Amino acid sequence: MTSTSDRRATVTTPTDTQILITREFDAPSDLVYRAFTTPELLRRWWHANRSEVTDVEMDVRVGGLWRWAAKAFNGYEFAFYGEYREVVPNERLVTTETFSGVPDAQAVNTTTFTGKDGRTHLEILVEHQSKANRDGQLQSGMEDGMQDALTLLEELVREQM
Amino acid sequence: MARAATTTDAFNAVAEPRRREILDALARGERSVTDLVEQLGVAQPVVSKHLRVLREVGLVQVRDEGRQRIYRLEPAPLREVYEWVRDYERLWTERFELLDAVLEDLKAQQAQPGRHGSQPAESQTTDKERES
Repeated sequence: MTSTSDRRATVTTPTDTQILITREFDAPSDLVYRAFTTPELLRRWWHANRSEVTDVEMDVRVGGLWRWAAKAFNGYEFAFYGEYREVVPNERLVTTETFSGVPDAQAVNTTTFTGKDGRTHLEILVEHQSKANRDGQLQSGMEDGMQDALTLLEELVREQM
Repeated sequence: MARAATTTDAFNAVAEPRRREILDALARGERSVTDLVEQLGVAQPVVSKHLRVLREVGLVQVRDEGRQRIYRLEPAPLREVYEWVRDYERLWTERFELLDAVLEDLKAQQAQPGRHGSQPAESQTTDKERES
């Protein structure tokens, strides 16, 4: 199945309201955690090569607020923001998350860093309040205009390899 | 196995690893239940259960051929859904490739403190960004 997966993130939808993102990292969990909780480190990867990060604020403690803002290359400015609900250093972060484009749709993100033998299994579980909100977030990935002509079947076959 | 109870559409149907395997098999051509049982190495009731879910969301179609029921993939309902997930997945794949590079730098710093001056690594609990 997916145990031989390369460096691709795996995205699944365990229930109607959830998105689960998983990935293995060749680094211990304290470093992965640090890359998620240090503004100048987050700036280096969160843009995903499709936007310019314009502001990163994070007060990493229970009740602390966070806000990450960016400007897409097409000029669209957006931000994600929320509050830290649970902070277990190097292991677990629970935050609320709101996307500026849909301010009434708040999700709860649980990010789990599981370290083993110098590697880290990362899981980000996004829990929305409704299926519509969940679907909206998934669809937002299409706004970057990077769609190509890959068909479903090609993709399914590729997953097998 | 996973949470069949919440499966209401193609989205959830493909979240279950075993159902993905069935879809992968059907993507290569029609299969009978017996074929699928053999190919996946799973008990027939399990395969039948998953096929029922896949039929309910319109992802597979079935026809009778003699005493066999032959299943085939009906990709239309999946395509839209899959494109959403695929593009979202691509976003995170790119993010994580960049994160890999950050982690390599952090590992190098730990191995040889002081030699790599490019990243301040000591600011774990910093509230506000420091730059610009």
